[in-house]
Amino acid sequence: MAAIAGYRRYAPGTQPPYLHPPYVSSEKRAPSKPLVYLPHTLSEITGPVIGADFCDAKACDLTRQHSGEPVGERIIVSGRVIDEDGRPVRDTLIELWQANSAGRYLHNNDQHNAPLDPNFTGCGHAITDFEGRYRFVTIRPGEYPWTNSYNAWRAAHLHFSVFGPAFATRLVTQMFFPGDPLIPFDPIFNCTADEAARNRLISKFDWDTTIPLEGLGYRFDIVLSGREATPFEDHPHSHGVSK
Amino acid sequence: MKLHATTWQTVGPFFSIGLSRLYRDNLAGPGVAGEPVEVIGQILDGDGKPVPDGVIEIWQANSHGKYAHSEDLQEKPLDKGFIGFGRVATDLDGKFRFTTIKPGPVPGPDGPDGNLTSQAPHLAISVFTRGLLRRLVTRMYFPDEPANTNDFVLALVDPSRRSTLIAEKTAEASHTLKWNVVLQGHNETVFFDC
Repeated sequence: MAAIAGYRRYAPGTQPPYLHPPYVSSEKRAPSKPLVYLPHTLSEITGPVIGADFCDAKACDLTRQHSGEPVGERIIVSGRVIDEDGRPVRDTLIELWQANSAGRYLHNNDQHNAPLDPNFTGCGHAITDFEGRYRFVTIRPGEYPWTNSYNAWRAAHLHFSVFGPAFATRLVTQMFFPGDPLIPFDPIFNCTADEAARNRLISKFDWDTTIPLEGLGYRFDIVLSGREATPFEDHPHSHGVSK
Repeated sequence: MKLHATTWQTVGPFFSIGLSRLYRDNLAGPGVAGEPVEVIGQILDGDGKPVPDGVIEIWQANSHGKYAHSEDLQEKPLDKGFIGFGRVATDLDGKFRFTTIKPGPVPGPDGPDGNLTSQAPHLAISVFTRGLLRRLVTRMYFPDEPANTNDFVLALVDPSRRSTLIAEKTAEASHTLKWNVVLQGHNETVFFDC
């Protein structure tokens, strides 16, 4: 059996801490003890394979899930899922959820005094193609108030969940919109120390994917942890990971 | 390395809109080999209060200790219809429940003599809740399992905290195990830098 090539750990500062007091909900839920470093084993370099048989090819268009058209500005959100070496992450599931154009989620716990849209659920999914590409058609979500602090508002955002090739590459993140005036005041966006890392959560307006008379395009590439080089194999009986 | 991995963000309180489609509380359908187990538990916060807006994901090998994944090159059988993935949300009392089969032992790192070591049967667990800015990674091990003694991951953990990773039996000869996830404070679950 060969030594295992794990996945790279995150670069310092590029990920949020668990405890971020401006996000009040983190205070009682962040672990207080240091994490225990886990060397990657077969359990971490493998991971769920959620194939096309779990998916509905039409689920990437959130504007066509009901009999009528949802209210709001139609947008096209597309990009690639790649690893830190720029290699495409193929055939991986992306789950998407979001508020409607009025900033209201279709969820019992959302008490925001804004209308629900009978033609918008705010849920979609897609599987990346051979080049790691994905594409959603949806409605630009509204900003919304929340109870974190006095006069707190969330910047407009989409939630993304991605599996990648292994347990170690799992990612849940949020995509923001360029020019949103709430971004500097959003404690969730601002939880990460590294400014460049934070700003990579802001999608880019994109003419190339904008559809004339239909909707504006936004690009958002998602980068998953890259692979460590295969460790030097010093055991005489080793026979390579990719035999 | 040319790029940096994308920054995590919390799942927030409304994740069920996007994640409920793949809720799977029964990982092993009819005909899947192995010892059936039911796991019940609760996610608790630093005040001991239940976390009603959490979701956990389970990743595990089958009863032979084989993962349904292309990088598991062991010559062991796969079970048709067993993908080893589960996802369950907590209820209003912070409780979760799932059923599966006990996984077999899986390979660990090479030992000092060059021989492969074995890891005790375990579930790899991701925890997501409102308030968690990124997932927490932990493991659930099985009670009365002799292999726990030599498991190299359990050995990385302070002995006084190991019990947080091992489910408890609810009764002799019962298939139901209890395993809580304590996010913070007294009896805090061991979480890993993965």
